Amino acid sequence: MANRVSSLMANMPIPARQFVVFAIMGLMLAFAAVMLFSSDEPDPEGGPPTVRRLTEEQYRNAIADIFGPETEITGRFERPFRSHGLVAVGTGAAGISPFAVEQYEVSARGIAASVLSKKRRAAFLDCGPKNETEFDAACAQKFLGETGRLLFRRPLSQDELSGFVGLSRSATGQLGSFYAGLELGLYSMLIAPDFLFRIERVAAGNDGAIVELDAYSKAERLSFFLTNAPPDAELLDAAASGSLDGSWGVSRQVSRLMDSERYPEAVRSFFADMLEFDDFGETSKDPQIYPAFNSVVAGEAQEQTLKTIEDHLLENRGDYRDLFTLRDTFLTRSLGVIYKTPIPKREGWQAVRFQPDANRAGIQSHVAFLALHSHPGRSSPTLRGYAMRKIFLCQEVPDPPASVNFTAIEEHVDKANVTARDRLDIHSTEPSCAGCHKVMDPIGFALEAYDGAGSHRTHENGSLIDLSGDLDGQAFASTNDLAEALRNHPETPRCLAQRMYTSAVGRDITWKERYYLDWLIEGFADDDYQVPSLMERIATSDNFFAVVRPMDQPARRVAKNNAANGDGQ
Amino acid sequence: MKSLTRRTILRGAVGGAAVGVSLPFLDYMLDNNGQALAATGQRIPTRFGTWIWGCGFIPEKWIPSATGSNFALPADLEPLAPYKDKMAILSGFDVELDGVANKPHITGCLGMRTGIPVPDTNVKAPTLDVLISQIIGGETRFRSLEISSCGLENSYSYFSAGSPNPSETSPAELYKRIFGAGFVDPNSGTFEPDVEVMTRKSVLSAVSEDRQRLMREVGAADKHRLDEYFTSIRQIEQQLELQLQPPAPVENFSRPDAPDSQGAGSEIGDVLKTHRLMAGLLARALQSNQTRVFNMLFSDTTSNLRLPGETTTHHTLTHEEPDDRQLGYQKQHSQFVTQSMLGWRDFLDALSAIPEGDGTLLDNCLVLAHSDCSIAKSHAVEGIPVMIAGNAGGKVRTGFHMAGGGDPISRVGLTVQQVMGVPVERWGHLSMETNRTINELLT
Repeated sequence: MANRVSSLMANMPIPARQFVVFAIMGLMLAFAAVMLFSSDEPDPEGGPPTVRRLTEEQYRNAIADIFGPETEITGRFERPFRSHGLVAVGTGAAGISPFAVEQYEVSARGIAASVLSKKRRAAFLDCGPKNETEFDAACAQKFLGETGRLLFRRPLSQDELSGFVGLSRSATGQLGSFYAGLELGLYSMLIAPDFLFRIERVAAGNDGAIVELDAYSKAERLSFFLTNAPPDAELLDAAASGSLDGSWGVSRQVSRLMDSERYPEAVRSFFADMLEFDDFGETSKDPQIYPAFNSVVAGEAQEQTLKTIEDHLLENRGDYRDLFTLRDTFLTRSLGVIYKTPIPKREGWQAVRFQPDANRAGIQSHVAFLALHSHPGRSSPTLRGYAMRKIFLCQEVPDPPASVNFTAIEEHVDKANVTARDRLDIHSTEPSCAGCHKVMDPIGFALEAYDGAGSHRTHENGSLIDLSGDLDGQAFASTNDLAEALRNHPETPRCLAQRMYTSAVGRDITWKERYYLDWLIEGFADDDYQVPSLMERIATSDNFFAVVRPMDQPARRVAKNNAANGDGQ
Repeated sequence: MKSLTRRTILRGAVGGAAVGVSLPFLDYMLDNNGQALAATGQRIPTRFGTWIWGCGFIPEKWIPSATGSNFALPADLEPLAPYKDKMAILSGFDVELDGVANKPHITGCLGMRTGIPVPDTNVKAPTLDVLISQIIGGETRFRSLEISSCGLENSYSYFSAGSPNPSETSPAELYKRIFGAGFVDPNSGTFEPDVEVMTRKSVLSAVSEDRQRLMREVGAADKHRLDEYFTSIRQIEQQLELQLQPPAPVENFSRPDAPDSQGAGSEIGDVLKTHRLMAGLLARALQSNQTRVFNMLFSDTTSNLRLPGETTTHHTLTHEEPDDRQLGYQKQHSQFVTQSMLGWRDFLDALSAIPEGDGTLLDNCLVLAHSDCSIAKSHAVEGIPVMIAGNAGGKVRTGFHMAGGGDPISRVGLTVQQVMGVPVERWGHLSMETNRTINELLT
């Protein structure tokens, strides 16, 4: 670069030469300033490249983006596999059951039939044979090449494409219709592992080295992280042109994706994952005890929390920690019954601000959290305390020992006017229980202000409920105090940053990445704990694209037309 | 394992030609061992399944006081009197922990099913139903069917850690999956191989051929995961292959009615209803050769069963209910166990309602019923209750109670695998490793 500049300058008149020198000095100063203020990101460490299964939402988004939202998906999805607190991380480790493949096959058949149906095919094909029984190779090549690039999130190799065209050709022969043949070609793509799995690839480099993902894998990480959907054509073009190899190109795409309609959905889906809302599928409440709670309310309760999160974090660019003290939310009429808050609006959502004494500060006081972490017929301080530790603070609490002596608990059960605190007294007095329960139950006791469905209460079995407790040294006596303690806990933002990053890369954080995590958290604090800023920081950091190739692995194939040339830092 | 299958017979008979075929029913025949042959002359297949109920039992109400074939049924087994001769009751077999942490309701269940106790759900080997399905599951539409009547998708059937097989929780969805699109009525009389199916099968073969390319590109752990995918793809190819063959007619089979029920949570009355519906559908699926392997979860191992209006679930009761002073055990917990055994009887009713050969479907099944623990209160994995029902087409002896005397429960797993044709001599790890077949179960 320097040589080229000096040879250019040699041919310039002197004033111009001076101008260039100043210009370069100015640029260098600006660069130094940028370095000083924002770029002390620790060197990339990377983890293994991952093979991740598409989640149900990602599958649905892919089909909707590529073939239109009206395309029906007839197969079902198996329950997601959670690892390190997130389904997003589980996708990098989950196997695939015969049931799941069977259902993917059902979906593939339905989607291919719908896309190439007489009614819809014109929207996807601008070519075709004059005689429908004949095979139109050029048309098949065009359709399968373009669709395949979107489905596989990279261009097809020549071999792959001719394979799919060949399949379509022979199917056309067997079935006597070009469109039926093409349908089979599309079907085979929809069931291919390259569609169902996100298979990350790295650019050429030394074995064992820290290297960068190839451009298409970068595009995948970016788009699934920021839109929970596969890369669109523009992002694939950016990968092809090499513009994802430089930070400017990446930043431009990050801004574009974060401005897209899918971005809020991605944020919601991250929080739905973190809050373990997929468990609602298996949550039921006894209708005699909680008549106001049913599956419709359960769905609305999740939506309430997600709407609140979206409004606070994205609309208002709010501080993440304030989610635990926030009294603004949205309710429907049937949720209003559980919240004992009349909602005049007959249909839809109404913005609500709870009074400070309403015991509704923070998302941990929402029905979704309270009902999910309860038994079908009663609340559970232990389940709720455990969930707060695990979900909001990323803390692990070990399993209970199998040989627990329950006699002391039994003694309380038949007594009159018993509260959960009485029932669980043994948890804090019996040494084998106390070790773990003293970290769970006390924070759960504050949430005893709500019954198993999340309605507020002051008494249990006729006795006044004592809400006092302690969160890692921060004593509290009310739900509002607990909200403050949770908001101000140092692990609260750290946990979010860690979850966000592990969700983005699809694996647990590595030991060496802890400095990077520290850096993320510092930046999070500098940005007033705004979640979009955290996501942008992750997406534009070098660590995000860094992977370590296993030592014994041969170089991975780099997708054709891939201009990526980064081979590590 | 080369046996005369329906496929080879029919391939010979009609050459897979695209013609309408109508096969007449023949009289029953017996082979040299006196075993029933189906109308087509094909040997009736032996099916394998598991049936799980959660939270163990009340020993004094469940374990017969006598061993051998002359024993009285204790209170909780009393409803099973009609099946006394069709069942072997196995008490006193242990999961040996060898120092592994006992994760309540998990370690016992998976220890018995894999022969290796684990402190979580990260199994170290496939569960025995998967091992058996690898031998006998290949010639039917479904390698195996997992079903749960308590609203939870668990099955305790694992291909590997991270690959649990999900259970169907809705009778309506279960029906659709078995008897909806893709189901060929074996008695429809005419058969026309579908060209579209043929084409789809060849397309899937092409997907399978792509395996090598991908395997070169991924690390060892991911290879294993992709292998699961390709195994399943091959299975779909096999299913399509089956659809291209005329199905063997099945005596006394008619397609069941589609149920409306989507499953109804965990209230015990609803669970029993859902379970009866599902057992009926499963029995028809086994009869019409849609599958030969199943796993039925009556209640989760951490039993979520409950009574209407009660604040505590079955599992919570096992921990919080004091022993009844008169009875000497937890009364409400005991009632759930009693209900679970009624559910088990319903299940056997469903299998034996179907005539097959010179007996019933149950005679040609081997059903392994078990719980996750013995005494739920202490999560004891010693003496997990086990029952074997059905005679596996004459290969299994029933009608007795055997006390295991603290033997590793892997002896049960080893024996049922051997009966089902898995070539295994020794099974389990450390103290659970055993080559001691339970000979009492063999005919």
